[in-house]
Amino acid sequence: MKVSKRLAQIGLGLMLGLVAFIVFGPLLNLAMWAFAEQWFYPNRFPTDWGFAFWERVFRPRAGAWVSLFNTVVVALLAVLLSMALAIPAGYALARQALPARNVIMLLFLLPQAFPNLPIFVNIAAIFYQWGLNGTLVGVVLVHSLPGLVYAVWIATATFATVDRSLEEAARNLGASPLRCFADITLPQALPGLLAASIFVFLDSIDEFTGTFFVGAPEITTLPLLMFNASMGGNYQVAAITALILLIPSVGFMLIIERFLKADVLARIGR
Amino acid sequence: MTTSSSIAVSAIAPRKPFSQSALGTLLVLPALTAIALLYALPLARSLITAFRDSDGTWTSEHIARAFSLYGRDVLFSIGVVSASLTLITLVSIAIAGYLVLGTTPWAVRMLRWLYRWPLFIPFVVSGQLARSFLSTNGMMNGVLVESGLMAADSAQSFLDWRGLVLTFAWKQIPFVTLLLAGAMAAIDRSHIEAARNLGAGRLRCLFNILLPQAAPTLWVGLILSLVAMLSVLSVPLMLIAGNPTMMTSMMAHRITYYGDYGIANALGLFSYALTAMTAWVYLRLTLRREAAA
Repeated sequence: MKVSKRLAQIGLGLMLGLVAFIVFGPLLNLAMWAFAEQWFYPNRFPTDWGFAFWERVFRPRAGAWVSLFNTVVVALLAVLLSMALAIPAGYALARQALPARNVIMLLFLLPQAFPNLPIFVNIAAIFYQWGLNGTLVGVVLVHSLPGLVYAVWIATATFATVDRSLEEAARNLGASPLRCFADITLPQALPGLLAASIFVFLDSIDEFTGTFFVGAPEITTLPLLMFNASMGGNYQVAAITALILLIPSVGFMLIIERFLKADVLARIGR
Repeated sequence: MTTSSSIAVSAIAPRKPFSQSALGTLLVLPALTAIALLYALPLARSLITAFRDSDGTWTSEHIARAFSLYGRDVLFSIGVVSASLTLITLVSIAIAGYLVLGTTPWAVRMLRWLYRWPLFIPFVVSGQLARSFLSTNGMMNGVLVESGLMAADSAQSFLDWRGLVLTFAWKQIPFVTLLLAGAMAAIDRSHIEAARNLGAGRLRCLFNILLPQAAPTLWVGLILSLVAMLSVLSVPLMLIAGNPTMMTSMMAHRITYYGDYGIANALGLFSYALTAMTAWVYLRLTLRREAAA
């Protein structure tokens, strides 16, 4: 009995080791490429380690700084635009008696319910006519589409969880609707809205397809830089860029639960 | 009578329902306009261009040519997506099932910590991870050879349809598992305990009690994964060099090299149809379940 229990534990440990290898193996392989100065087939490990490629990537006036700057600026602007549109919309969808509310909710669901490549392709064609291709504005707009969808969902769910009795008390004490919104509703909804902003920010940082069609070659973001380096066979530069892209993703995964509370999650899509 | 009651209502609630909904509409309007310009307009353009000739007459030629030129790629896409979805289903059921029914606390805790990592890793980065990990000189072959499971000379690159399936699964399994484990954890524990007391094994609990109740959530996760796989452009571009490849790759190819929106949008139509068919199957299953309940 004891032996079989021991064996079961060892089996479990082996299975978990396999899972760990599948999850972390690719990441480890990537990290090795980021610090490899020389690595030819059939060597199992790089023959030369070092920071030479980091220097090359982060040399002043190298493409990486411009891409990093573009990526962050576009992401911040996409967050601003999406939230400016989503906060009023989410509030109205959660609180006000809207005609055809279900149709509106469905409309905000559709962009995520069907493959989006044809949309990006045709946005690029339309933006070309409007002179927006290859401009920062065009890229911000194309990044705001998926962002807006997430932002409206999360904002609606968040406003639905805000306690109404506090608002009514404030209103009874003579606060104006705007004051009541700013002082009572908004602070309570802040964690959810912050979560929505983080989602939009991350989504924009990782966005590839829209930038590929609308921004390139004038506007290069980190995902495009990584893609070009990889396709050009420069695995070191690709790995370094990929590692930079991983920082916000992994960081967010570790803190997500603090921002996105279960009661908000349960209401998404309602 | 009517006037007096409406006066009474407006006296109690100074904000009339009409002005309420007007205000609400005003608040939603900017976001709706943005969706109309950034989604509805391109969508309409994609649907119309798929059926329009260059001189503006309606035609089904783009569809026919897309099929004859890219029929193999369409089949390849369907094959890759089906294989990925099968793998995602099997693994996420296994992980979610263990997370809910596992009896070894340390193993459950560790698995819960482990499985989520790829969740927020971007598709572009997953593509690069696969390019290094699955290549001939990659770590997967390295470990297989060093551990003696494979001869050194039979090491081969997995950067073909297998690489696509593995990459898609690697990226999407955490997402589906997260949803599925959540749905399974929400099921009343007493059902499981009753079944266990009556002598049902854990596997039987998983397949006869947990899975049927959590199936709708699994479907939602799989449909969202399908949409993601049919949308992503970077991974097929990075993993597949020749033909056949995913439809997304071919659409981008058609546009960057030929500026041919007709055929590209016809291919887009196929990907819509594929998604719509899956969603339809899901809706039918849901309706049947509701009718049976």
